[in-house]
Amino acid sequence: MKRNRFLIQKFWFAILGLSGLVIAIILFALIFFVTVRGFRVINWEFLTAAPKDGMTAGGIFPAIVGTFYLTLLAIAAALPVGVITAIYLNEYADRTNCLVRLSRKAVNALAGIPSVVFGLFGLALFVNFLHFGVSILSGGLTLAIMILPVIIRSSEEALSAVPFSFREASLALGASKWYTIRRAVLPTALPGIFTGAILGIGRVAGETAPIMFTAATFFTGRLPSSIRDEVMALPYHIYGLMTEGTHPEQQAPIAYGTALVLLILVLGIDLIAILWRYRSRKTKKW
Amino acid sequence: MEKIIKIKNLNLWFGEKHILKDINMDFQANEISAIIGPSGCGKSTLIRTLNRMNDLIPETKIKGSVLLDGQDIYQEHNVVTLRTKVGMVFQRPNPFPKSIFENVAYGLRVQGIHKHREIAGRVENTLKAAALWDEVKDNLNQNAFQLSGGQQQRLCIARALAVEPEVILFDEPCSALDPISTARIEELLLKLKTSYTIIIVTHNMQQAARVADTTAFLLMGELIEVGETSQIFKQPKDKRTEDYITGRFG
Amino acid sequence: MQTENIIRRSFFLVALTSIIFLAGILVTLVVNALPALREIGLGLFTTTHWYPTAEPPEFGVIPLIAASLWITAGALLFSVPLGILFSLFLSEVLPEKIKAFLKPTVELLANIPSVVYGFFGMVFLAPLVMRLFHLPVGLNGLTASIVLGIMALPTITSVCEDSLNAVPRTYREASLALGATKWETMIHVTLPAAASGVSAAVVLGLGRAIGETMTVLMVAGGAAVIPRSLLQPMRPITANIAAEMGEAAVGGLHYQSLFALALFLLIITLFINQISDTIVEKSRQRFKVQ
Repeated sequence: MKRNRFLIQKFWFAILGLSGLVIAIILFALIFFVTVRGFRVINWEFLTAAPKDGMTAGGIFPAIVGTFYLTLLAIAAALPVGVITAIYLNEYADRTNCLVRLSRKAVNALAGIPSVVFGLFGLALFVNFLHFGVSILSGGLTLAIMILPVIIRSSEEALSAVPFSFREASLALGASKWYTIRRAVLPTALPGIFTGAILGIGRVAGETAPIMFTAATFFTGRLPSSIRDEVMALPYHIYGLMTEGTHPEQQAPIAYGTALVLLILVLGIDLIAILWRYRSRKTKKW
Repeated sequence: MEKIIKIKNLNLWFGEKHILKDINMDFQANEISAIIGPSGCGKSTLIRTLNRMNDLIPETKIKGSVLLDGQDIYQEHNVVTLRTKVGMVFQRPNPFPKSIFENVAYGLRVQGIHKHREIAGRVENTLKAAALWDEVKDNLNQNAFQLSGGQQQRLCIARALAVEPEVILFDEPCSALDPISTARIEELLLKLKTSYTIIIVTHNMQQAARVADTTAFLLMGELIEVGETSQIFKQPKDKRTEDYITGRFG
Repeated sequence: MQTENIIRRSFFLVALTSIIFLAGILVTLVVNALPALREIGLGLFTTTHWYPTAEPPEFGVIPLIAASLWITAGALLFSVPLGILFSLFLSEVLPEKIKAFLKPTVELLANIPSVVYGFFGMVFLAPLVMRLFHLPVGLNGLTASIVLGIMALPTITSVCEDSLNAVPRTYREASLALGATKWETMIHVTLPAAASGVSAAVVLGLGRAIGETMTVLMVAGGAAVIPRSLLQPMRPITANIAAEMGEAAVGGLHYQSLFALALFLLIITLFINQISDTIVEKSRQRFKVQ
């Protein structure tokens, strides 16, 4: 009987271990496959030249630049709004107020909306209704709305991690609420807020569906000169290389290279955020 | 009287910290033994070595031996059988989020008893032994969280009794309870000692004085003094015991 | 005091933007979808074909919805058990130090862009599925389910692990002290106590899988027929919107019908998220009582 119970435990622990192994193999396969194949393609020219010969040769420089601009605009637009919302919800809001509760619900709801729906919203509002056209402006703003909940949530988390005694100490010295937030709360919460923002950057850089109809184009010979120009973007470029164009066999290697660049970019950004969080937690003294 | 548990040269470390220092003591069968001492002295750790609950804490190192019925629990027993022989009641009542009945039946089911009639009979008997039966007999399928704190703790005692252990460890069982519930638990302890060996850790010296036959005083991981309860409280041999008992520290 | 009030008021206005955006998205979708809903009406469900460019065009959404359901079900079928098993392994079996390294790694994988997963599905999984089942092409419901399942794994694992972690340690101690083995403790005490969190994880995974676009667009195969087996090419709702929006004339019936699909998708995902929020809220209250 007893032996039996330990055998059952051994059996199931083996299954649990196996589940870990399966997941490890899948993810290793993904990363290994993209890295090995992509690595062969990447060189200086690949990173700094424009595509040529009908997407069968050249580099992906315009896509890198496009992704950079889109991400920059999205973060620049979403960060202030997100942080201020978080400050209001965490520091000022009266939790019983129905507008405040509605705002929280809206943040949660926004976080769960499929990215393609954001794309359609951006298309209808920015591109068609406001006549921004297919442009960095339209795509960046669409992406900004999409990551707004991410930024609000992580900022709120960072703010609520600030010990209450910090606020009490400042208020007890006669400081006003806004002064307290500015001088006592925000500086302490800043590393957490930045971590959230960096994670948001990683997320934005990899999104495809929201920019498909609002900003991205499969091919443009020149770099964008204004915010109203359409751009190439890394994720959309991968999609385009795999589904459009006339020379699939010659386009595939470029897609591997692009996928690797995107993967390194996104995971690299995330890694920075994680290391930063780790460091700021370590130096935390309270 | 029979010595059911013997601790020999027991040392325990959590990482670098030396928590228990060279403990030697015995526990008599069918007695209540109390372990007292200021918080952080290692008394909880000491009783948790008796059913090997410290195994759960990473980086624990143990030297020395603990004999149960003459067998070393760290060498000759497997943990699971050991824990059916040495039951435990914790500091805060911790019933499972299940019905009252299922809480008591849990240990039986785990041991592979599945006949409903047998389980029902033993649940009834143990609830009676834990002086809880009259209060819950009509609501056995109620969630255990709906009981009061004191009732929950008696349910946890019943749960421990159901697997028919030889020894029951109580780790400050009344620290989260009001005085009336505490009195009921103490009454129960005195009743239970006829069939079980009871070892209780307590922060409350009066409690030890009221229920224990033997009392041990632990200070910073060292066993300072063991003896009959009346002797420990009236004529402590060690100055430190006296200081603690008379309230000079702790 | 004056500045204090100005700041409070203006911050309040900013905090309302989330509500405005959510309402804006709803209104935009409704306004753009309404003409199509009026014109096609029940035709959405009576025809079994989606031929928006045919003459006359047909707008039957059944094949698209069916494809979404098939693929989502297929994805959850393997990612839910795998995710739960792995979260048990992480939270109950592995030593703390290894867990502290693996958990963030798993969460990192949730951030890999979906287009990279789709790409991986096209170049690696599709040929595998094709050879394994002797099919002419490997882009079908099964491949999409597998890739989607892989994508849902980090979310499911991470949320499950959180809820297992939230189960008070005293439950495990009580069970072990009664002579239960670690496995018995996990399966009879810890997992049931975390049940609501685990179901929230499943619902969350469901929401992710239904709304995922790029992966299914790339690997599902794209045929708008009612699927009879997972091995057929399919065209889920999200993929259909993404594939056709580029060609649909702005303001035309086709354009509007795609907004109708997006509206449908939005309502479903809002509903699913509401369910998972409710579950999480309930479980939080339960642990608070204790």
